Amino acid sequence: MGLTVPGDRSTVSYAPESQEGWVATRLDFLVNWSRANSLWPMPFGTACCAIEFMATAASDFDLARFGMERMSFSPRQADVLICAGRVPFKLAPIIRRIWQQMPQPKWCISMGACASTGGMFDNYAVVQGIDTIIPVDVYVPGCPPRPEGLIYGIRMLQEKVMNERAADTRTRDEMEPDPESQLYIPASVIDELSEPFGNSVHQNRSAP
Amino acid sequence: MTPFEVVDTGARAAGPPPVTPKNLPHRGGEANPSAKALQEKFAGAVKRVEVIWGETVVYLDPASVKDAIGWLHDDTSQQYDYLSDVTAVEYRDAEAPIEVVWHLRSLPFRRFLRIKTELRKGEPLETDSIYDIYRGADWLERECFDMFGIRFRGHPDLRRILMWESYKEGFPLRKDFPLRGRFSRSEQLRQALAQNPEARYSMEELSIADAFAELPEDMRARLNKGGRTGE
Amino acid sequence: MSKRTVEVELSTSGLDRHGRPQRVPLVTNDGGTAIALEPPPGVEPDLEGEHMLINIGPQHPATHGVLRLVLELDGETVVRCIPHIGYLHCGFEKIGEYRQYNQIICWTDREDYLNSLGNNVAFALGAERLFGIEITERCKVLRVIAAELSRIMSHLVWLGTFCIDIGAFTPFLWAFQRREEIYRLIEKWVGARLTTSATRVGGMAADIPSGWMDGLRRFTHTFPSTLDEIDRVLTRNAIWVGRTVGLGVMTPAEAVNWGLSGPMLRASGVAYDVRRDFPYLDYETYDFDVPVGTSGDVYDRYLVRFEEMRQSVRILVQAAERLPDGPVNIDDPRTILPPKSKATSEMESMIHHFKVVMEGPRPPIGESYVAVESPKGEKGYYMVSDGTSKPVRWRIRPPSFVNLAAIPKMVEGHLLSDVIAINASIDIVMGEIDR
Repeated sequence: MGLTVPGDRSTVSYAPESQEGWVATRLDFLVNWSRANSLWPMPFGTACCAIEFMATAASDFDLARFGMERMSFSPRQADVLICAGRVPFKLAPIIRRIWQQMPQPKWCISMGACASTGGMFDNYAVVQGIDTIIPVDVYVPGCPPRPEGLIYGIRMLQEKVMNERAADTRTRDEMEPDPESQLYIPASVIDELSEPFGNSVHQNRSAP
Repeated sequence: MTPFEVVDTGARAAGPPPVTPKNLPHRGGEANPSAKALQEKFAGAVKRVEVIWGETVVYLDPASVKDAIGWLHDDTSQQYDYLSDVTAVEYRDAEAPIEVVWHLRSLPFRRFLRIKTELRKGEPLETDSIYDIYRGADWLERECFDMFGIRFRGHPDLRRILMWESYKEGFPLRKDFPLRGRFSRSEQLRQALAQNPEARYSMEELSIADAFAELPEDMRARLNKGGRTGE
Repeated sequence: MSKRTVEVELSTSGLDRHGRPQRVPLVTNDGGTAIALEPPPGVEPDLEGEHMLINIGPQHPATHGVLRLVLELDGETVVRCIPHIGYLHCGFEKIGEYRQYNQIICWTDREDYLNSLGNNVAFALGAERLFGIEITERCKVLRVIAAELSRIMSHLVWLGTFCIDIGAFTPFLWAFQRREEIYRLIEKWVGARLTTSATRVGGMAADIPSGWMDGLRRFTHTFPSTLDEIDRVLTRNAIWVGRTVGLGVMTPAEAVNWGLSGPMLRASGVAYDVRRDFPYLDYETYDFDVPVGTSGDVYDRYLVRFEEMRQSVRILVQAAERLPDGPVNIDDPRTILPPKSKATSEMESMIHHFKVVMEGPRPPIGESYVAVESPKGEKGYYMVSDGTSKPVRWRIRPPSFVNLAAIPKMVEGHLLSDVIAINASIDIVMGEIDR
């Protein structure tokens, strides 16, 4: 589930498939299949991507055929947090709180460039990727992603869900933030992830 | 409920119906007649008048801005009843003053006027609020304060509006504020996550909440004196 | 059957001296007999209602974005409303100081993301005023088409989400289906559905492809029937009328003083439309009406926006007829990219291309403010230039920001569900409010 702290690699946390019994694999399939095909999204829509999300949910592209028609605006009843749009720092504790309020099993889709990396807003106000605040499962690039792109991301998430195993006890672990700084990942990693790169390095002179 | 009377704009505008302006001169050109009226009425306060790309800009002395704008609003020959915008400009030149800009429209006369005043950087950045004249100035002035640090005297509730109230990095639209902010990303995130989403209540909100009676004495005293809570 | 009256003697009257039901703490005296006592002063229950403080948002389905409303409720009636914004503040104006004029066009899409084309047009007009450029006739008509299509798109989203807030789900689906048609048209033109970046300083990013006007004509032929359908379902619907009439009234004087603009202002009876009063793109030559309401309530705002969509279709039909041939972009290679065929064959054009891309066009020193009529209201871009290719100040005059400031005034005295309806009727876009 997203950014889990890399554990001890020498320990295999679940039994390889060949050693699982027939019942366990059938049960896994049933549970995963039901989960994957009835993911109730929690649309954390902030900006333009939210409009494309609405367009994806509307008749032409129709998320209902993937089981996602029931938008749950209460995180307590949702499975997937779809963060559609840019997240400024003022909104950061809100999305953290919403994520914590969602009960397991839960997943997160970061829709769009701004949610994934901060997008074109490399400035004082925007979080450079919500994965610095909450663990993300699927990133959907685009500005905004086409509805087909979002559907591809959702299908990817469904595949991820299908590949989960009940015997893997670490799948549903909640990451606890550092009590003092409230950060999930070390500060140096956040700084590294948020560094400017590519063309944006050259474009931030105020005058030519 | 009685229906309202339809108010037509341009009721007192002279001349033909308005057309799309074409081939405007860079400078010079016909000034808005209100500029001349202001120069006559507030002779000492009008520093200069410019017409740039067809728009009239009047530079006023900071002390008389409120009177001038009040006169523009109330006087029947001016009737600037609509406040379009309140904002500020800081130039790249470190010596240049910060300009506070007001955009006024007269709907009956179909006129547009830009009023500016200059605030020197070494001194406290303060000017008068026009909240009493236009209620629309409420949030516009709060935003100006939030982004530039300009205080509007007489504004009933001047606090940050776009950034959170305990925002420590400064005033974002100032030229000495770097694009990515002053702190490192992890520090910005740490400060952002330290906000308690529920503590973002202002004094007036807490005073009406039940919780007010249960707050500790010193906190209540501090709030009564105008302090903020939860930050 | 006979009636019998039984007289029962009560030890107390049941009411205290204020006439309220008496609380009788059971206290026994030394003898063990229960005696009734008056409750000590100050411990009496306050039987008048307490006001509740309710927080709506910032994450909420009906706030149209990340808006936070703190409501003080007396039962279900709103006594006071305190809005909090800034949850989508992304530093647009700051970043505008670090980008060339053509690059800023990409940011204008994202700010009021329902009206991307309209914002592109508004910015290009402001920049051209700053540069002192006169655009070609074809470009003007194309921009009118873009602006009106954008108006229809924005009003359709507003209509869909407004219906959902009141409780009607189907018009949302109808509206979004029509929007998909417009999206397809725009995608054929500029390549993107939502974040279009369709204009450039001095012209457009691309001219319309062949056959595009047929698509537009097909749209203008079929769209009014959808409007009629939605009209039939909503306008005289008793539930709809009951939920929207009389809510959130702003008188004309208040509306002007609070700086409202667009349909909010026109629903209150003030006929201020930037296209009429401070025209641009030759709007005075188009034949269209400006709908004005007379009650200033939510129902009138709905009617005004609905009629505006019909008027937009009218303008589109006229624009489609009068589209002149000719170049779309101005012929100034220092401002706008030269055609690719020249840039790849002539040295001078190649240098111009290089300079326009790397350095960007430079306006003379000055400032300009051009306001357009966006679907939300008076949208203006105030730009100050110091002669370099990046503006000193890029100010967005956000209509929804000023319109939303009036919400405490509008919801006072209304019920909680009316707050949602009034909020929806303002047609806010948080991207524009917070920038």
